[in-house]
Amino acid sequence: MMRKSALRRALPWLVIVGMFLVWEALCRLFKVPEFVLPLPTQIFAVLFNRWDALLPHATQTLMTTLVGFVGGVILGTLIGIAIGSSRLVYDAMYPLLVGFYSIPKVAVVPILVVWFGSGTVPAVITSLVICIFPVVVNVATGLATTEPELEDVLRALGASKRDILWGVGIPRSMPYLFASLKIAITLAFVGTVISETVAANRGIGNMMIIASSNIDVPLVFAGLFILAFMGIALYAAFALLEERMTGWAMRKSEFVS
Amino acid sequence: MTADFVLLDTVDLTYRAGEGQDTLALKGATLAIGKGEFAAIVGPSGCGKSTVLKLVSGLLKANRGRVEVGGHTVEGPVKIVGMAFQNPTMLPWLTAIDNVLVPLKIVQPYRSRFKRQRAEYEERARALFKTVGLAGFEKRHPWQLSGGMQQRASLCRALIHEPELLLLDEPFGALDAFTREDLWATLQTLCMTRRPTVILVTHDLREAAYLADRIFVMSARPGRVLATHEVRFPRPRTLDMTFSEEFVALNHALRNEISDAREEVAA
Repeated sequence: MMRKSALRRALPWLVIVGMFLVWEALCRLFKVPEFVLPLPTQIFAVLFNRWDALLPHATQTLMTTLVGFVGGVILGTLIGIAIGSSRLVYDAMYPLLVGFYSIPKVAVVPILVVWFGSGTVPAVITSLVICIFPVVVNVATGLATTEPELEDVLRALGASKRDILWGVGIPRSMPYLFASLKIAITLAFVGTVISETVAANRGIGNMMIIASSNIDVPLVFAGLFILAFMGIALYAAFALLEERMTGWAMRKSEFVS
Repeated sequence: MTADFVLLDTVDLTYRAGEGQDTLALKGATLAIGKGEFAAIVGPSGCGKSTVLKLVSGLLKANRGRVEVGGHTVEGPVKIVGMAFQNPTMLPWLTAIDNVLVPLKIVQPYRSRFKRQRAEYEERARALFKTVGLAGFEKRHPWQLSGGMQQRASLCRALIHEPELLLLDEPFGALDAFTREDLWATLQTLCMTRRPTVILVTHDLREAAYLADRIFVMSARPGRVLATHEVRFPRPRTLDMTFSEEFVALNHALRNEISDAREEVAA
């Protein structure tokens, strides 16, 4: 598996381009009106022509998401370590955590607005809250499933609990953490946009709400495209980072003779 | 014999696995090993041989009886122990050499010097790799090594901090006969120069007789020591010796004791 063929590399792009072509063809064939489903070419035209106006919104959403994501990952990792390294904390916290996560985040936004006013802060918090859960669950699972034999290697040397956590537990749960980052970053966008649509005066979510009230459907779709693009880009970045950091867990049959 | 360095005094140990599923692994196990002595423990499989090592290393606590190392009651893991487990248990995210360096990152006084003297420690690890025939594989990750290579690296890890007490749990189990014999000689040389106290758990009677000063034969579960054999062959021992009449006789005696112990259970 050392060599990926050129076709394999190109395949995801071909699928995306193919989807646009089919979309364009079907819309033209059935003469779908623009306010129902715009043509991809129209959407790209909007992206191109109104780029200057779109850019600040995109930057706002991206920054909000990243701040929330980083906060969520840090908090989630800490909670995950606490839960994963102690059975007691695990049993005590898990129901609360599940209950907390089951609340639809959109229902929390109005409360956040009451507390912090509308704007960036509730959006950051919504995206932070939404991406904590997968991180917590994965880090806790990684720690809880660490093989006791591996811990014994350090335990037999008289290592402290902290040594064992740093030496075995945390490296062992890195693949779990990175797997959760890919989920968390996409969720973080969801969190930001939910909050922006409800209470903000900037950001892609806010722009889309205004555009749809003006029945400017191509602009709404342009917003969606920007979100999808940012999502893919960050997902890919974390997938790459994951490969670099935890290659030991991702090995294929590459036995070196 | 000098004062006992390792002592098990009528030790019982039960593995708890929930209601009615407890396993009594050791019952009244007693054995004493002098400082610098090479002891081997043999016995039918599942007789609690590995459990003895875990008790001595402090990884397990006895339910009854006393475990002493170096004159102190064992309360928990101690740093003077080097342990090679039954499975190589390499940490998969570290290279072979980093795995071997792990004890130096944990055990004092190496720990506080580790950053400054890393190069020196790496040199020491390389020398060990060479001794066990792993030279050139330092930067490989464990999954890039064969099972036998991993076991050899695990042996290096047990030796790197020059422990006073070396606990070896079937360290040569997964090796082919020739490599195993090479490593017997290597281990014998290492032990003759550094004189650690060694407890070797094995089911290879030839291995026990070749390496050990004293062999303990354990009964089937619940394990206790059935018999003790002093092995008086001069050192360094050679592989040729293992074919001598005396050596074969010792092997034979051990074999009979173990098969009796097994029949005892069947009866």
